[in-house]
Amino acid sequence: MLEVKDLKAYLDTSTGVVKAVDQVSFTVKAGETVGIVGESGSGKSVLALSLMQLNPTPLTFYPQGEILFEGRNLLGLRERALRKMRGNEISMIFQDPMSSLNPIFKIGNQLIEAIRSHKKMPRHKAEAEAIELLQDVGIPDAERRMHEYPHEFSGGMRQRVMIAIALACRPKLLIADEPTTALDVTIQAQILEMLRTIQNKYGTAILIITHDLGVVARLADRVMVMYSGRIVEEGSTADIFYRTSMPYTWSLLRSIPRLDEAGQDRLIPIQGQPPNLVTPPKGCNFSPRCPFATPECAEIDPALTERRHGHRVACILSEMEFEEQKQLLEAVDRKEVLA
Amino acid sequence: MSQNLLEIRNLAVHFPIKEGLFKKTTNYVKAVNDLSLTVRKGETLGIVGESGCGKSTLARAILGLNKPTSGDILFEGESILDYNPKQMHQLRRDIQMVFQDPFTSLNPRMPIGEIIAAPLKAYKTTVNVEQRVKELMELVGLKPEYYHRLPHEFSGGQRQRVGIARAIALEPKLIVCDEPVSALDVSVQAQVINLLEDLQKELNLTYVFIAHDLSVIKHIADKVAVMYLGKVMETAERDSFYQSARHPYTNALLSAIPLPDPEKEKKRERIVLQGDLPSPANPPTGCVFHTRCPKAQPICKEKLPRLEQMEEEHFVSCFFPIEEEQKRALNT
Repeated sequence: MLEVKDLKAYLDTSTGVVKAVDQVSFTVKAGETVGIVGESGSGKSVLALSLMQLNPTPLTFYPQGEILFEGRNLLGLRERALRKMRGNEISMIFQDPMSSLNPIFKIGNQLIEAIRSHKKMPRHKAEAEAIELLQDVGIPDAERRMHEYPHEFSGGMRQRVMIAIALACRPKLLIADEPTTALDVTIQAQILEMLRTIQNKYGTAILIITHDLGVVARLADRVMVMYSGRIVEEGSTADIFYRTSMPYTWSLLRSIPRLDEAGQDRLIPIQGQPPNLVTPPKGCNFSPRCPFATPECAEIDPALTERRHGHRVACILSEMEFEEQKQLLEAVDRKEVLA
Repeated sequence: MSQNLLEIRNLAVHFPIKEGLFKKTTNYVKAVNDLSLTVRKGETLGIVGESGCGKSTLARAILGLNKPTSGDILFEGESILDYNPKQMHQLRRDIQMVFQDPFTSLNPRMPIGEIIAAPLKAYKTTVNVEQRVKELMELVGLKPEYYHRLPHEFSGGQRQRVGIARAIALEPKLIVCDEPVSALDVSVQAQVINLLEDLQKELNLTYVFIAHDLSVIKHIADKVAVMYLGKVMETAERDSFYQSARHPYTNALLSAIPLPDPEKEKKRERIVLQGDLPSPANPPTGCVFHTRCPKAQPICKEKLPRLEQMEEEHFVSCFFPIEEEQKRALNT
């Protein structure tokens, strides 16, 4: 359904050109959930905004690539055509439910506006549809709450309203950019559960962007890991979590404190800081922080290549080399812990 | 080791809500309500709760920044509430704080060396301030050459190191960490947690570590307390807490956290709490959790449960704590 080919999205800043998204290719099939994981500055939000063509122009430019949605290239489409597509075919929810709603309009009016700007229908019909949408996203007493203002809603409730607006035209793809990061865990659990019900009901494909590996494990069918503007590993959720083949993904999984594992072993952080995207390191972007790095890594920029069916990895180490090194490192860790 | 460094007794912090022309007090936000906790020397107490549960108010009260409505706070056995300003000044040497946001808690116009030196100058402790600052910078893993750089030249993790260096500058006994890693990226979060653990061993520090992330708490804390609407729901030693949490709220919290393991995620039984946190200005009657509790009975609405001892060091405030056998059934 969605096919991104060799996309580059660069930002023109006063300090130089930032390669926020660099040579990114992937697909999203109808009805599936794809997760994009990465730390801040990895380019995941710029990528999401690119898909909607919402990045500020001319600050952002796309020197290369195609974004094909049902065969049509969204890059270079006129603003009017884009407006028709946004909300209708692809819609998006953002991290901050506090600032995404207009504080001076009633919730109901904001929903009705979203519905009527895409579909021609009389107001009372749109109103009935708005109430149904609010019920779908789990807002109790929807009829009454239509007449309330955003400040009367809690954070979790506002995010539900945002999702209702995003779903107003039954889009085929929903892009969720850190939808639960600003929310408490118990509310996060509610929203994630709700996203899954909605997906089952409408068959919407979801592209969920997050820094939380747990959220991805709970929701996604496939995962892409981003690091400094590139996709460094992509595969089914099981590939990423159980057959990890890229040093960055492996280091990331190892560095998070685990609730499900006993003991209080020392955490193993990734050394150093994420690279500067104006002057990225030579060779592989991760090589300065990579525990597996060889001298070659500073020279060769690895391409994302398919290892097994659907599992793509950007690393010059072969699977065997990676396994060997990994076991070596894990043995060293265990000794450190004992000492 | 077993000496109590900090003891909080029946602490309440209420903020008045004023309305109308004459600013008449109409109600109170009961941010912290009848809360008791103890922290022993050298240990880490982890405090978990959702936003609005009063954990930051508690932190501020420990530092003497919020005046408690009732109750008592004892530091090294002495009540700090009736300290005069001079005594308070001395107390602040012993209790320091690390803040959540490394971007706003550092003065953007001050070189980081000056930031770390500020507490040293305020208490005129050392003659050679610059040398001491450089020592501190090395201790937290910052290069001493960075002395004259400004905060904006650093990443979030490095700024948090500056905040930590400032907090340990006066060799305090207790450090209150209010969500010190929640603004950081996962790969950097681990660096800061390790640093805090190392410093604790090296300098014999005691931490009150506030977080909303139970997996971070599991890593760093010796004792855990769960707060909900200004009250402690459950408190226990770490292992006892994570292996056999007894309060329904704790169990819901634990099951709400997504695990980075897709197979476990599929098999897990999930308790999804309904509704939102009630307003602390108007808390529910009886047990404050009963409006969202999956196990609530009529009595929960009427009576306030007390913190009851379950095992040694394990206290639960619930009429129907989850039994061991039930717990095992939930896990398998």
